[in-house]
Amino acid sequence: MQDTAETEEMLEVEIWRGAEDGALRTYRVPRRESQTVLDVVTWVQRNAEPALAYRFACRVGMCGSCAMQVNGKPRWTCRTHVAKVAEGGKLRIEPLANLPKIKDLATDMAPFFEKWAEARGRHEPTRTRHEPMAPVSPENPARAAANAGIECINCAVCYAACDVVGWDGSYLGPAALNRAWTLANDERDADRCGVLRAVSQSGGCHTCHSHGSCVEHCPVGINPTAGIAGLKRMTLAALMRGEL
Amino acid sequence: MLEARLYLLQRASAMLLAPLVLLHLGLILYAIEGGLSAGEILGRTKGSLFWAGFYGLFVLAAALHAPIGLRNILREWTHWRGRSLDLATGGFALLLLALGLRAVWAVTA
Repeated sequence: MQDTAETEEMLEVEIWRGAEDGALRTYRVPRRESQTVLDVVTWVQRNAEPALAYRFACRVGMCGSCAMQVNGKPRWTCRTHVAKVAEGGKLRIEPLANLPKIKDLATDMAPFFEKWAEARGRHEPTRTRHEPMAPVSPENPARAAANAGIECINCAVCYAACDVVGWDGSYLGPAALNRAWTLANDERDADRCGVLRAVSQSGGCHTCHSHGSCVEHCPVGINPTAGIAGLKRMTLAALMRGEL
Repeated sequence: MLEARLYLLQRASAMLLAPLVLLHLGLILYAIEGGLSAGEILGRTKGSLFWAGFYGLFVLAAALHAPIGLRNILREWTHWRGRSLDLATGGFALLLLALGLRAVWAVTA
């Protein structure tokens, strides 16, 4: 029988430790079949670094809490297989870019969610709960446009991938603008002009360069760049009509 | 809604500039390849309403387009924001307009 300790394949994993002034620290982690990046981080916390801080919840790609930089790219770690991203048996895992680091792999998500509020990301109802539900046709083009963007899991992968967010701290970012796009297309929203005004402020939709990094990295296949382009068209039309 | 207005102005001026720049480049090639002297060129532009209008429009579009782009670049590459940046780039727009219109006046009036 072979000695497993000698034949076991190992991964060389660099993990960010500390806050802004932290550094990468290297761990050797056993390679497993169908292993995810989140499995690797969990193994390190349970076996090598009990104080390692990181976030996760559902582990099935629904909650959006486990996003991290993996070999320089933002990814949802629970659905990212090591086999897909390890380069020469090496992984470099860091906290999400464009957000303040709190400790290790945990970032402060407050700026990300504050921008959702700035983009008027809340729904303003046209009816009360005592009235019947509004009939909305799924074939309606505006509804179809909104449907294309509503599956966002708030993971901030797009926000970390966006160059413009890195350059201009006031830019609302792809996720908040995608949310605004779904509301601007929602016929049940009572103040769609308010959404357009919110995204026309400094740092709003007109700041986007259409690089498409958000589309490239979004784990659930949303196209925020298309939504932001739609917001640009919608705001210009509203401007022409004198509604902005 | 300053941002939306600037965005619209920059796109509209770009649409205007695209054909004007092409014609301007073609004109340069024609003048150089044809061997026109400065005097011959001035002889055609002086008193011409067409060339005054053409280059007047060119200057106006460029004076709108370039400062808006410069403002965006400065916002992204530096920490310069707010009213002072708006005033500085607005001043740059006026400078381009004044210099450009002076040149148009010189060759067409």
